[in-house]
Amino acid sequence: MTAASDPGVTAQNDAPEPATGVVLRAEGLTKKFGQVVGLAGVDLHVGAGEVLGVIGDNGAGKSTLINCLTGALTPDSGQLYLDGEPVVFRRPQDAREAGIETVYQTLGVAPALDIASNLFLGREIRRGGVAGQLFRFLDQRAMQQKAEVFLKQLGILTIQNMKQSVETLSGGQRQAIAVARAAAFGSKVVVLDEPTAALGVKESNLVLDMVRQLRDRGLGIVLVSHNMPNVWAVSDRIHVQRLGTCAAVLRPQTHTMSEGVAIMTGAAVV
Amino acid sequence: MGVSLITMTNSVPYFIAMQDAAKAEAPKLNFDLTLAAGKQDGDEQGQIKAIEDAIAKGDKGILITPNGPGVANAIKQARDAGIYVIALEASLPASATDFTFATDNVNAGTSIGEWAAKSLNGKPARIAMLGFFNDKAVSFDYQRHQGFLKGMGIDVKDPKIKGDEAPTGKYSGGDYTIVCNEATNGAEEPARSALETCLTKDPSINVVFAGSEPIGFGAHNALKAAGKQDQAIILAVDGGCTGVKGVKEGRLSGTAQQYPGKMAQIGLDAMAKYFKDGTKPTVTPGLDFHDTGVNLVTDKPVDGVKSIDTTEGSKNCWG
Amino acid sequence: MTRALSGDAPTLPQEVQRTLHAHPAISPTLILVAAWITFTVINPRFLQPGALSLLVQQTAIVAILAVGQTLILLTAGIDLSVGAVCVLAAMVMAKITSEQGVPGVLAILIGIAVAMAAGLLNGILVTRLKLPPFIVTLGTLSIFTAIALLYSKGATIESGVLPGELNSTGHTWSVGAFRITAGVLLVLLVYVVVGVALRKTAWGRHVYAVGDDAQAAGLAGVRVGRVLLSVYVVAGVIYGIGAWVMIGRVGGASPNAVVDANLESITAVVIGGTSLFGGRGGLLGTLLGALIVQSFSVGLALAGVDGQFRLLAVGILVILAVSVDQWIRQVKA
Repeated sequence: MTAASDPGVTAQNDAPEPATGVVLRAEGLTKKFGQVVGLAGVDLHVGAGEVLGVIGDNGAGKSTLINCLTGALTPDSGQLYLDGEPVVFRRPQDAREAGIETVYQTLGVAPALDIASNLFLGREIRRGGVAGQLFRFLDQRAMQQKAEVFLKQLGILTIQNMKQSVETLSGGQRQAIAVARAAAFGSKVVVLDEPTAALGVKESNLVLDMVRQLRDRGLGIVLVSHNMPNVWAVSDRIHVQRLGTCAAVLRPQTHTMSEGVAIMTGAAVV
Repeated sequence: MGVSLITMTNSVPYFIAMQDAAKAEAPKLNFDLTLAAGKQDGDEQGQIKAIEDAIAKGDKGILITPNGPGVANAIKQARDAGIYVIALEASLPASATDFTFATDNVNAGTSIGEWAAKSLNGKPARIAMLGFFNDKAVSFDYQRHQGFLKGMGIDVKDPKIKGDEAPTGKYSGGDYTIVCNEATNGAEEPARSALETCLTKDPSINVVFAGSEPIGFGAHNALKAAGKQDQAIILAVDGGCTGVKGVKEGRLSGTAQQYPGKMAQIGLDAMAKYFKDGTKPTVTPGLDFHDTGVNLVTDKPVDGVKSIDTTEGSKNCWG
Repeated sequence: MTRALSGDAPTLPQEVQRTLHAHPAISPTLILVAAWITFTVINPRFLQPGALSLLVQQTAIVAILAVGQTLILLTAGIDLSVGAVCVLAAMVMAKITSEQGVPGVLAILIGIAVAMAAGLLNGILVTRLKLPPFIVTLGTLSIFTAIALLYSKGATIESGVLPGELNSTGHTWSVGAFRITAGVLLVLLVYVVVGVALRKTAWGRHVYAVGDDAQAAGLAGVRVGRVLLSVYVVAGVIYGIGAWVMIGRVGGASPNAVVDANLESITAVVIGGTSLFGGRGGLLGTLLGALIVQSFSVGLALAGVDGQFRLLAVGILVILAVSVDQWIRQVKA
């Protein structure tokens, strides 16, 4: 497939730019798994205070793309830029330390642990002095107070007890915890992988509200979803992934959902 | 010429003494010795496998302390394959093997039982019975137990079932009560806990039957911790050097000394003789096996019970 | 969204389920109290101070080994090599003092180091070779047992030939009619230290997280392999301390002392409410679980029940405990 005959590339070049500065940019990402091509040269960017939707059929390379952005996979070639600086992520920790948080499809919360512990898992607040430095004693009060603040900021303070274990929460509440964690620590970009897949309508709306709040705080958001109404509801731009490449970048104002699906499935080209 | 020694286990000094003696004797007789053992007491499957291995290897002789009647069939296969099989424990019928060199565990129990009965001197006996197992029937376990009661003059009812004797009644010197009947796996700690529980049940226990010397030491520790070490006599079976030393120090009142090393040694010798000119070993008069003997080791001999002192006992001890 | 707002009042079983879920130590406490009352009614000697002191002493070894077992079960693992590691450490402590003349304190430290190395081996096999803990410890059970037997020739080393430091865990004080041993105090100290570490430190939080959902913990930035490895090493150290406690209690180092420790420690942990599937439970429950098992053993013996029936009773308790755990885990929002 040459670049000139690829409708996706054309579309990408015509794609609308974000209103503010680009925070995360990917150029020419490729990834092969043996003979199987996961990504065949994908470009993507998201601006601060912008929601980029990512849609695509199963096998289109959505997950591979997301994993390359968040450090779960390292691309074979291509380059990531964060705030214009080239970056390489070898592990999820690298991406996280650089300010990219991910909300995983599998929730990524430990059900038996309480809310505060989950919010701070792997990044616990420790006490001062020897107790905290050497013995890694936790400052549980600080974690609970901060947890309460996080949840309050995101408007999900219907959960009152930060000591409540996560498994006693509803699916939407659990997802809210996962999003809150990303929001609390993601300084630049938050990637959400199918955040509403297991949720009902009301709970999905709660999560979408949180996405808008994060956007309003100036974070760049990448939202991967199969749920077209959700994507159309919150995205500023929509990246359509097809056969390992970017088939088009749309705006919800200019394209309808069925047009998007048609491009996604190859029934139409841009 | 290949021979195999298959012991019940290889984790207790008794069988290690047997193995060591065999290892020392085998080269003298030009035997190529293989050691095998069950995983734990009562492990018939492990022994059956060891017998099958011996057949497959083309061994000419097997010495075995059977873990139970389940190995009899495998022994028959070995004999059908022309292997000469000697038992070092009299738990199978004599006809199951070509010959048996064994210590009589019932006799061992009886000797300490008689001593206990005599030394009580007519006082009521309050007895704690500390055996090995309560989850399986293993011959040496019930034979020692029943032998002890027999020695005290108590009716054992079914000789293969421990614990079915009457809880109270008359022994040869007076009244008896069996306070408890506990399993210890043959180890110190469970034995200590078991006797502690027995003492809670009846603080006046004055006779402790210990199925082995480690059991006896565990019992001693329980009595000592309760400040009752002078109140009860502790009788054990084995005759290891640690046990004889325990008798000398007064931690055990007496122990029935057996000779596992001797069994292995004369077993191998008999095998060599048979291979050479077909001479068969002879049984002890009145028994259907050759009794390698047992001696009561105590420094407090009583009339009418044959015993040796600890100096004598330490000459032939093992472990 | 919250329970209070959901509208429908929970039924009594749901309430019970939630309460047990929030406080997993409740059910073992209830079982222990009920058992003590029952056994005391049957035989009043059961609750005498002397008998109670003995009960605690008898529980000590299994109780300390169960601390290590709890840590490993919390990570959704299992350790079948507990008893073998403990015996190996005890034999090393006793042999190097009695035969090589190593000073007591040093011998204890070396014994603990050997147990720690054994734990490290388990941990490396689990984390680096990614083998299931059941298989790893099944294998090392045989390996450590064999080493201990070859090293000791199956013989007990009597306390008489050991220096005072090794026997010191058997030292007894009288407090009124109660008798407390140094070993029991040491075991309680281990419970407090490990208990605090589990509840109050980042490490403890990570142990729970790894057992609860290793993938989620890893995604959240917890170094799963490291946490697992540390758990096996800490468990090894605890088994080493257990070996010292055992020498005091047994009155020497015996290669056959804790033959049943593997299953007994798992039994104590499970009865204490720690889940076999990881992430749930704690040390308080384990201590109660160990006491329950020993209380049943002693109580039924004092009641004149045969050993076989005691085995039966403990078996029923285990099934019951696991069923309750399963039920509690199904708690819904």
